[in-house]
Amino acid sequence: MSQFQKNVELVRSEVLAQDVIRLTFNAPEIAAAAMPGQFVMVQIAPGQDPLLRRPFSIHQITKDGALQILFKVVGRGTRLLAQVQEGAHLSLLGPLGRGFILAAPEKACLVGGGMGIAPLLFLAGRLSQPVHDGPRPKVILGARNRAELVPLIAAFENIGIKVLAATDDGSFGHHGLVTDVLQGLNLDSAFTVYSCGPRPMMAAINHLCQQQKISCQVSVETVMACGMGACLGCAVALKAGGYAHVCSDGPVFEAGELLWSL
Amino acid sequence: MEPVIITSDAVDLQVAIGSLALQNPVMTASGTFGYGREFESFVDLSRLGAIVVKGISLEPRCGNPPPRIVETACGMLNAIGLENVGVDRFIREKMPYLSGLGVPVIVNILGDCVEEYARLAERLADIAGVSAIEINISCPNVKKGGVAFGTDPQMAAAVTAAVKKSCRLPIIVKLSPNVTDVTLMAKAVEEAGADGVSLINTLIGMAIDLASRRPRLANIIGGLSGPAIKPVALRMVYQVAQVVTIPIIGIGGIASAEDALEFMLAGASAVQVGTANFVNPRASEDVLDGITAYAREQQLSSIRDLIGGLRLG
Repeated sequence: MSQFQKNVELVRSEVLAQDVIRLTFNAPEIAAAAMPGQFVMVQIAPGQDPLLRRPFSIHQITKDGALQILFKVVGRGTRLLAQVQEGAHLSLLGPLGRGFILAAPEKACLVGGGMGIAPLLFLAGRLSQPVHDGPRPKVILGARNRAELVPLIAAFENIGIKVLAATDDGSFGHHGLVTDVLQGLNLDSAFTVYSCGPRPMMAAINHLCQQQKISCQVSVETVMACGMGACLGCAVALKAGGYAHVCSDGPVFEAGELLWSL
Repeated sequence: MEPVIITSDAVDLQVAIGSLALQNPVMTASGTFGYGREFESFVDLSRLGAIVVKGISLEPRCGNPPPRIVETACGMLNAIGLENVGVDRFIREKMPYLSGLGVPVIVNILGDCVEEYARLAERLADIAGVSAIEINISCPNVKKGGVAFGTDPQMAAAVTAAVKKSCRLPIIVKLSPNVTDVTLMAKAVEEAGADGVSLINTLIGMAIDLASRRPRLANIIGGLSGPAIKPVALRMVYQVAQVVTIPIIGIGGIASAEDALEFMLAGASAVQVGTANFVNPRASEDVLDGITAYAREQQLSSIRDLIGGLRLG
């Protein structure tokens, strides 16, 4: 298991929609070792405040060693990160955690909501390889509105995937939840659903998959201090009792192993 | 005058905690370094002075419900709830790797009553690779109404004496800062036979989310660590150094060699790097490199010359 701590250059900082930021780092070692579903810990500022790194799932990697993260500005840490100038260097730690277990693309369905879309692009790209015109996974993406969703969909279309869209306000695609779209697909039990998004969304998807006996992997987000199994701060409750640690046991879990409240 | 040329080999970094000899004063703090192996990609573990592992209890503990941690100004609060694999699994699954590193392993122990601490010490006494015991006395004594061992000099002394009687390993007592006078605690455990004291454990704190009007930790309160607590820790190390003769291990917000060296001047024989490991997994080795460079630059014949070397007046 190769993990690195590297000072890497921020080569591009893009505002995709209001408060939605995509950062591109030149991080060849981490990019080369990364698997879909894994994450990096990003140091926000060089000083002691904010003290802790922030975890971000890996959004995309490219052959030239670029690594992208995608996030929404939700607090002080993400605001500071959004303000970092291109050309600046930040410390990245990764790749960390256990990623998705890959299924055959024709039997994979990716369901992302909001910033939960982030790890699914990397996964979709990996599932689509190596045959250029080969089978592609089904992808369902949801967000609050068109402005937020359209820029995120573009990256999937760039790798030849036709996205099924849903928005809360009906401004693009299905007016409603990604779960409605998923249900409408009537997937057979040979499918694997990959999901990342708000907790209620993943709970609903888990419920649906359990009913239809479809395997479901979810990528879970929590607060973290270390990202590598030392602080034990990122506990998530298990259905069987006790806790798992998102950083080292996850962030990807079999949905059925976790404790959900609908 | 000829310049004195000191090679890296000539820098004497050795320190001792009772009968425990360390190649250098840099340890990792319990609960911030897992069981060591988590950091093998980032740290040459064999270079460390010692590894202090996550606190171990007789039975496994699954810890507190989330959220367990929250960032605060220059620090963090945690309420992990002493989650650990239990002493049997620790010995079976964690010690084989740790004992192969060639570095002293200090096992932090915790319990609900004096007898539990004693049984833990007995269990660890003859395990290959275990070099010392660090007693976490910041736990509630369930047989004494839940008052923390670490806030009552008599209970702290009782637990120290019981552990001392149960094994021949050097015993370090990790002191809680959540007391009126830390020197009373230090003296009490010294008299009870402690070979060293380590301080400070976390300061009890709290954080509130205004938007939801709820505590940010599920446990409501938690332990504050990180650079924010360094001045408090330094003060307590200094005060304890005035009243005990046993070695002191300084802990609290150490993130750089400068931090570590300040603790040594205040009276610490060694230091533990804690929360900094979360931010920079290589922090312990960086501290060691910095101490080595300082010793060379200052042409110290031994790092021990710094211990308690604070200039006053």
